[in-house]
Amino acid sequence: MSQTYFLTKRLRSLVVLGVIVLVCFGSSVLTQFNLSQGIAAIPKAIVWGFSNFYPTADSLAYLSDIWAKMQETLLVSIAAAVVAAIFAFIFAILGSRITKVSNFLAVLSRAFANLSRNIDVSVWSIVLLLTFGQTSLTGFFALFIASFGFLTRAFMETIDESGTDPVEALKSAGAGYVPTIFQAVVPSSISQIMSWILFMIETNIRAATLVGILTGSGIGYIFDLYYKRMDYHAASLVVVVIVISILLIEQLSNYVRRAML
Amino acid sequence: MTTLLEMKHVSKKYGNGTVALSDVNFSVNEGEFVSVIGPSGAGKSTLLRCINKMIQATDGEVIFDSVNISGFKGRSLRKLRTKIGMIFQNYNLVERLSVIENVLHGRLGYKSMLSGSLGLFTNDEKQQAYHLLEMLGLKEQIYQRCDQLSGGQKQRVGIARALIQNPKLMLCDEPIASLDPSSAKTIMDHLKNISDSLKITVLINLHQVDIAMNYADRIIGVSKGQIVFNGAPSQLTSGDIKTIYGSDASNLMINIENHDRVKVAEK
Ligand SMILES: Nc1ncnc2c1ncn2[C@@H]1O[C@H](COP(=O)(O)OP(=O)(O)OP(=O)(O)O)[C@@H](O)[C@H]1O
Ligand SMILES: [Mg+2]
Repeated sequence: MSQTYFLTKRLRSLVVLGVIVLVCFGSSVLTQFNLSQGIAAIPKAIVWGFSNFYPTADSLAYLSDIWAKMQETLLVSIAAAVVAAIFAFIFAILGSRITKVSNFLAVLSRAFANLSRNIDVSVWSIVLLLTFGQTSLTGFFALFIASFGFLTRAFMETIDESGTDPVEALKSAGAGYVPTIFQAVVPSSISQIMSWILFMIETNIRAATLVGILTGSGIGYIFDLYYKRMDYHAASLVVVVIVISILLIEQLSNYVRRAML
Repeated sequence: MTTLLEMKHVSKKYGNGTVALSDVNFSVNEGEFVSVIGPSGAGKSTLLRCINKMIQATDGEVIFDSVNISGFKGRSLRKLRTKIGMIFQNYNLVERLSVIENVLHGRLGYKSMLSGSLGLFTNDEKQQAYHLLEMLGLKEQIYQRCDQLSGGQKQRVGIARALIQNPKLMLCDEPIASLDPSSAKTIMDHLKNISDSLKITVLINLHQVDIAMNYADRIIGVSKGQIVFNGAPSQLTSGDIKTIYGSDASNLMINIENHDRVKVAEK
């Protein structure tokens, strides 16, 4: 009996593996992607990168321009995450099974959050570009909407996990709805919520480059500008600045996380 | 002796069709210590929660302190709940907050939305919390976070939180079900003491028949949503136990017989 059990299990794995191989092969045929050519191109790309894509002393002249754009990007990313967090918290409260006011509002807020989350930030950038044009406000809104969707979902789960028990206790003591949220739900979930906000800021800074290229603002815009001018030295300096900023922000948020626990 | 609580023809049918209570009638006098016993799923928790309306009864009337509270909503319901303290099997504390903060939560029913949300408590309230914790033997733990406490200590915080409401009635839903015997005894002694010295009426759900018989002035036996026994512990017979617990009463009956024997020996 156990023989057939393991046999069927192995067979199932084999079938799954077969399907994956088939899908890979099929899609590369359809797109005329050649794996060996792709791999062969890697050394060439590396050689090109090392011979062109590095900052030179001349390109350092651009540093103050780049830094100004980087600052703008950082601020927009943080602002988008924080403002989104405020809205997300309200929607999460309405959507969580523990704190929902009515089923209708809960379903509505979940649907709204899912809509904004399941559409990628790049799509939002393009959509908003058509309405607002090339301003840094467009980038802000794109990041805001994507952050809002993600954070609503994350907050909702955090609140769900914090449990009904304290809420039941405060309700039975006669506490109103809003005090119950601030005295029971917030203290139980605040450190998790802060952690999600920090994560969102990091994610936004990474996404901001792409959003900037699409919406013509911030660090992405300046990268695009240098790149299209074929000023690869300056463009590479932008990349270096982005990498350093992300690493610094990550260090900072890890520090904040530890301090909060 | 004045009646504090009266249940008249109370029934509860859940949305999924489960009839948890059917035609429940009983009354509780001021200062009485009443224990509700019954098997799992009999409707004990539902019964308790129909009193402070954490669960809305489908039928019948609940009279508390001479007022029919069946239709209470909003502000009047909140005001009623301040008069009824509740403690829980899982303590239901905000684990990340300190002991004293959890105790002060018991005052939220008296607060406006703003001062409640911001947690603005008066010095008197803080003093009162301190005294209650002292009384319950938690003076050392006042500023400790609740997730660092033992089960017995958590339940005492729960009791303090209920007492700071200045309640007339305490509802206790299996407060000792998750505790070891010695912590359980401490909690039961505290509850008995509260009932005797503060004249607070106690209605307590228990799984252990022997403990109910030791502490309660009166026992209410619930089976399948109906009250099948209502009387003094001394009146509870093995036959009654069988009606309450059904076929799986055999191991419980040993308890009751032992109990009788102890009583005889005492005499
Ligand atoms: N929210 C609910 N929805 C539907 N049915 C419920 C709900 N809560 C309880 N019930 C059902 O109502 C009946 C009584 O439940 P209740 O929790 O009051 O029993 P209990 O006596 O407290 O049991 P226990 O000793 O296990 O705590 C059970 O059959 C239970 O399954
Ligand atoms: Mg129960």
